[in-house]
Amino acid sequence: MNLLGNLSWNAIPFDQPIAMFASALMILVILSILVWITVSGHWPYLWREWITSVDHKRIGVMYIVLALVMLLRGFTDAIMMRSQQAIAAGGAQGYLPPEHFDQVFSAHGTIMIFFMAMPFVIGLMNFVVPLQLGVRDMAFPTLNSVALWLTASGILLTNVSLVVGEFAKTGWVAYPPLSELQFSPGVGVDYYLWALQISGIGTLLTGINFVTTILKTRAPGMGYMRMPVFCWTALASNLLMVAAFPVLTATFAMLLLDRYLGFHFFSVNGQGNPMMYVNLFWVWGHPEVYILILPAFGVFSEVIATFSGKPLFGYRSMVAATMVICVLSFIVWLHHFFTMGASADVNGFFGVMTMVIAVPTGVKIFNWLFTMYGGRVRFSVPVLWSIGFMVTFVIGGMTGVLMAVPPADFQLHNSLFLIAHFHNVIIGGVVFGVMAGFNYWFPKAFGFTLDERWGRSAFWCWLVGFYLAFMPLYILGLMGMTRRMQHYDNVSWQPWLVAAAVGAVVIMAGIACQIIQLVVSIRDRARHRDLTGDPWNGRTLEWSTASPPPAWNFAVLPHVAGADTYWNAKRRRQANPNEPVQAREYEAIEMPNNSPIGFINAFFAVVTGFALIWHIWWMAGLGVFGAFAAFLLFAFRAEDEIEIPAERIAQFEQVHRAEVAL
Amino acid sequence: MRYGLLAVVLIGAATLGGCSEGVLDPKGPIASAERQILFNSLSIMLAIVIPTILATLGVAYWFRVSNPRARYLPDFNYSGRLEVLVWSIPIMTVLLVGGVAWVGAHDLDPRKPIDSKAKAITVQVVSLDWKWLFIYPEQGIASVNQLTIPVGTPVSFELTSSGVMNSFFVPQLGSQIYTMAGMTTRVQLQADHPGTYRGLSAQFSGDGFADMRFTVDAVPTENFAQWVDAARSAGPVLDAQAYEELVKPSQAVAPFTYRAVAPRLFTRILGPEMQSDDALCFANSASQRVEK
Repeated sequence: MNLLGNLSWNAIPFDQPIAMFASALMILVILSILVWITVSGHWPYLWREWITSVDHKRIGVMYIVLALVMLLRGFTDAIMMRSQQAIAAGGAQGYLPPEHFDQVFSAHGTIMIFFMAMPFVIGLMNFVVPLQLGVRDMAFPTLNSVALWLTASGILLTNVSLVVGEFAKTGWVAYPPLSELQFSPGVGVDYYLWALQISGIGTLLTGINFVTTILKTRAPGMGYMRMPVFCWTALASNLLMVAAFPVLTATFAMLLLDRYLGFHFFSVNGQGNPMMYVNLFWVWGHPEVYILILPAFGVFSEVIATFSGKPLFGYRSMVAATMVICVLSFIVWLHHFFTMGASADVNGFFGVMTMVIAVPTGVKIFNWLFTMYGGRVRFSVPVLWSIGFMVTFVIGGMTGVLMAVPPADFQLHNSLFLIAHFHNVIIGGVVFGVMAGFNYWFPKAFGFTLDERWGRSAFWCWLVGFYLAFMPLYILGLMGMTRRMQHYDNVSWQPWLVAAAVGAVVIMAGIACQIIQLVVSIRDRARHRDLTGDPWNGRTLEWSTASPPPAWNFAVLPHVAGADTYWNAKRRRQANPNEPVQAREYEAIEMPNNSPIGFINAFFAVVTGFALIWHIWWMAGLGVFGAFAAFLLFAFRAEDEIEIPAERIAQFEQVHRAEVAL
Repeated sequence: MRYGLLAVVLIGAATLGGCSEGVLDPKGPIASAERQILFNSLSIMLAIVIPTILATLGVAYWFRVSNPRARYLPDFNYSGRLEVLVWSIPIMTVLLVGGVAWVGAHDLDPRKPIDSKAKAITVQVVSLDWKWLFIYPEQGIASVNQLTIPVGTPVSFELTSSGVMNSFFVPQLGSQIYTMAGMTTRVQLQADHPGTYRGLSAQFSGDGFADMRFTVDAVPTENFAQWVDAARSAGPVLDAQAYEELVKPSQAVAPFTYRAVAPRLFTRILGPEMQSDDALCFANSASQRVEK
């Protein structure tokens, strides 16, 4: 019995120079950051203010930092794929052998969906939702921290696979039988499964937390129909998380039982049924698409209304459309595999349902259009992303409906047309959405706006790069090229793939612009400083407090008298500027204490996950025990709240108001 | 810029019809009907999508803050008539495309026999790691990575897999369909013009996936008979033993034929005894897969 299970020096890919170089670079970067933090003595600050923080704003920022780092990682994979396919035509094999190329596209999909898009969207919701609801924190602040660190654990495990062992070579969906032990005997699929099981629990906890927060803890007077649309889309998205993620967890648990204990849920022998996995995967997978896109729709609703200087057109319509999408998203999953050979009635039903879900989406597009109608549209960076989205997303939606026609899908399924379609809606929808949100709420989080010029350059590079990279893929799909090809013999595809690679480089320029934007803005923060807390003339409650908001968000909880409270209050004040300001009375505020439990549990989760991947059973036992013991200690904690005295709040408010008056 | 690109796409897509080897250059009734459906749905949707894109850009531009001629309507946030309009436009579009989808799903159901005077021939398809096996049960022959079919005759495919899932796809003939171990799927295709067409797997199946392609030779009926005769006179015999040899993972296999096939081989491949669940096969398959 080996003490280290299946782990040995063979696990490190010394024979693969590209993987070794990437690993060395990654380790070097992480080490230098750690050394820098240690040398400059930032550890106590990081531990106190960030790692153990249960403040929803800090947690939101950390989610977004994770997402940005993973964007770079996932994009590196994208560049590798595009360059490989640009050169591997005819007899050429390119520079990535199949076993490496297969890991690259599997990692790209997994990372971009689970570790880039999800944390970005969750991060924005974390930062914004409690502020928009006019409350001081989430319903379960510590649970929020646990969820964040579990997500980080999944990310860490996925990236460890680069150095120790390998990642899945099955594509990001990991369909059995290919992902069964019989056909994938390596640790790649185990890394995939455990990383996603751990982060999936985090996502489920996030969903529970947000649903509770939105349903139970709103500012006094904020009825459901007075909530900002972003909160509605966040509610729909989190309801979907609560409903859909357990399906994924159960499906992966069954696959794990197959792989670890010889069960036959999805195997080709022993009466297993791989098609059950495919169905269950997409029962989660299609709602997942809406988990990502609905909050992006919310961002666009806020941005377009604010920068048009108008309320959102058709608020009730928007809410209805959001909730209709939320429900319908569960009855369209079969359109991911019309080619499985189901009967014409089944295919027809799911095709039509898929189109029905396009109706509320179309309604939203028109409502944004009418929001701009009669407005005074300021073309700031968030608006550019929003208009870029409206144009791009309509095209992506159209190709999606096209593939919802079963006979058309028989021809386009799994082709590069499909790849072009879902990048069209995920980049054009989700990525443009989170970028709009990032630029829109950044000044609220840090007290200074982002540089406009670099922001514009980033947008244009992304937009042009997107069209250049993905329109050729539509054509290639029509030419009969299928996805995930490490090389191909049809040289007439090559020019289009070269064009797509050039597009990827233009997107890379866009990412570079964003990094420069961030650096330049931080350098010139004194010039970009916003003391008002309301740089865009906003409509919702988050703009009524200081930027960055104090830990308690609102010194006095706002009383909400209608939709767009803050906007209406500002207009009232404009109409009668001489109305006396009521003196505010401050009371002491109870805030939740910081807690290291999230970080500690995540540490044990990583240990357990790593041990299970390598079959190091004693270590897995130790990890589970450690997590449980830490949880017990946490459960018996003596104090969980800290009181912020009224004087301190009054003092903060005074300073803040003095600044605004300047 | 955006229109430019869109126009490039549309023009590109239109011109591709003549010269590509893809789904826009159909060589059989199924692929032709599917292309027609593609174009019909696309035109229905473009009729609404193009005006929407133009309106978005137009409204955003006209109502820019620096345009003094644009009227500012800060309270314009509801209109019953417009609400009816914004719901009915997409509903109407979807009614049309939904009709196309429902009718199309039934007309082009992969299992539906093709109307033809000629009697359909049957081909049994098995996806292996990483090659295609075509069994002609009526002719008693088989081929690997090469499918020869008579022009103008419907071909009834019965498909399964030895292990991993694949998707059988000949873009110029139409509908692809999954191949799954232990299960049979069916698809009916026909070539109307003689020629050589590309066939491939459209479902990722592991390291040798990129080479998992085959050629389809659509030949006149007489030539098909000749090809069958030629195949019968040369090559090995495909029995259980030869199949066990063939099923082992291999990549980029050059096409060849079997002069005879053991009876009911396809049915036995479907059954549990031929699936690679015994220890020997398991070890074999696993060790060959990890081999770099």
